[in-house]
Amino acid sequence: MNDAQKPAAEIHDQTLHLFGEWRVTQFQAVRAELEALDSDSLAAIQQLETHELDSIDSSAAHELMQFIAPERILSMEAENQPEHHMKLLHAVARALQGNEPPAPRPYRFGDGIAALGKTITQKATHQIEQTNQLLNFIGLVLLRALKIIVLPHRWRVTSFFVHVHQSGLNAIPIVALLTFLVGAVVAFLGATVLSDFGATIYTVDLVAYAFMRELGVLLTAILLAGRTASSYTAQIGAMKVNQEIDALRVQGLDPIELLVVPRLFTLLFMLPLLTLVAMVSGIIGGLVVAVFSLDISVTQFFRIVQEVPIRHLWVGLVKAPLFAAVIAIIGCLEGFKVKGNARSVGQHTTSAVVQAIFIVILFDAIAALFFMEMGW
Amino acid sequence: MRESVIEIRGLRNQFGHHVVHDQLDLTLPRGEILGVVGGSGAGKSVLLRSIVGLQKPASGHIEVLGIDVQKASSRERLALERRTGVLFQSGALFSSMTVVENVAMPLIEHEHLRKSDALELARMKLALVGLPGHAGDLQPAELSGGMVKRAALARSLALEPELLFLDEPTAGLDPIGAAAFDELIVTLRDALGLTVFLVTHDLDTLYQACDRIAVIGEKKILIHDTLSQVASFDHPWVHDYFHGPRGRQAAAVGQQRRSL
Repeated sequence: MNDAQKPAAEIHDQTLHLFGEWRVTQFQAVRAELEALDSDSLAAIQQLETHELDSIDSSAAHELMQFIAPERILSMEAENQPEHHMKLLHAVARALQGNEPPAPRPYRFGDGIAALGKTITQKATHQIEQTNQLLNFIGLVLLRALKIIVLPHRWRVTSFFVHVHQSGLNAIPIVALLTFLVGAVVAFLGATVLSDFGATIYTVDLVAYAFMRELGVLLTAILLAGRTASSYTAQIGAMKVNQEIDALRVQGLDPIELLVVPRLFTLLFMLPLLTLVAMVSGIIGGLVVAVFSLDISVTQFFRIVQEVPIRHLWVGLVKAPLFAAVIAIIGCLEGFKVKGNARSVGQHTTSAVVQAIFIVILFDAIAALFFMEMGW
Repeated sequence: MRESVIEIRGLRNQFGHHVVHDQLDLTLPRGEILGVVGGSGAGKSVLLRSIVGLQKPASGHIEVLGIDVQKASSRERLALERRTGVLFQSGALFSSMTVVENVAMPLIEHEHLRKSDALELARMKLALVGLPGHAGDLQPAELSGGMVKRAALARSLALEPELLFLDEPTAGLDPIGAAAFDELIVTLRDALGLTVFLVTHDLDTLYQACDRIAVIGEKKILIHDTLSQVASFDHPWVHDYFHGPRGRQAAAVGQQRRSL
């Protein structure tokens, strides 16, 4: 449209003459042309003259009708005018008729306070609903899981192993690498602090205790909360968007049994195993630092590690199933909360990861306090 | 001979070893409404996708509005995209925006209109496609299937395109809405000189709105002609399509309306 004719409008004898290309690409020119017209003569227009109009599109027609009401366009003489222009003008005019946007409500004193109150109430109700939903869902999943445990013919073995592969085995490299690095960092930290007391040798104890009691299980749970809770939410959420969940329900199949229970059992099974991997890998991280920069020999390192009481390992491992349940249930529940569009999948995936990490750390803190008080 | 808007020569599309189109030729003159029909899986949507540039063909030549789609520079492509509008089968409204913002977005992005102007034009477009006034402020997820189609049509019309691609526009609309939609397409074509490439299964649309029909089958265009010619074409699929129970009914209704 390089040779576009500029839009123009003139008024002669109560007739509005339109010239040129009245198109959305010329929107500002169209508006300027119409604004330049005298408002009194615009009000007196009885007739449109469109023979010299090259083209008009609905956007330009809409702008024209900001100056001449659609009702007047419809009542004007349309014969002898090019049919295609009048058809478009009439189509736009009919669309605009009776389609006035509602007037905005005037601001009243106290609207701000009312809005604040409304927000607080909404947030509070929302929070209560969420908690309610979570508790309901936990109960539902527990019931189904307990029922299925005693009915081996309803075990979803294939589904279980697929998830063991996806969220368990495939997570081993990242879990091992991360805990190895954190193990090395803890060893460096310990060496820096303890060398002042001439007790560098206790670095070994520090790494071993830290990874057995806390870091092994905590790091694994946080990693899986990011990796697996999000994928559970996205998987189930996408199925929800695609109405697959509804399809399961109308076929008399229970989505909890098919989708949630295998995922829950997978994590209950895999998280303790991954925790073991994390503990070993973290301690090896410490070993590497101890051997290469603290002059502690490998045999010496393992002798010290062997002397660590075994109960510290259990204190760490016993938390794993709890974290597994938290991650699986929150991941699946957020998936079920997804509402029919892509954006919702994203929102709930974020929410699943945030909630899962938050609750994992909270539970770990409570557990640490409990074990300390018990003297374990 | 009128200027042609779409010119396809020797198009070949394939996914792995599965050949969808082979040696497909098609010409679409300006101002015409072309209805493309064909069995499920015959490659109607693939053809549409390769014309608008979403699917890279294995070989062949596609020219849209005088621009070679495959060889176009990014500037030419952009110009081309501004002159064409696409209505996707499922609407494809952006779920993070309200309906009216969906329609206003191309106006703001490409025509650099002020937001208030763009929103006002968008509301007019929504009214033009027959959506009630309150629908504009809803989220796409809150619309019914038919309303999604109309909103998506409004968005594809936002930049006042010369060439409109419609993928199953009347699927999921009630018969009254579908008839109004057909009429709307014809009105817009007459008013704006639109050219319409319409993929459909709806026989009523073929009878009410289309100037010509192209039938896809056996990896190419079997026939591309006026409705009466296509209906009498001697091919088993074409015969079943137009002379099956639904075809006969749509033909009867089409005759009646034309004689009114």
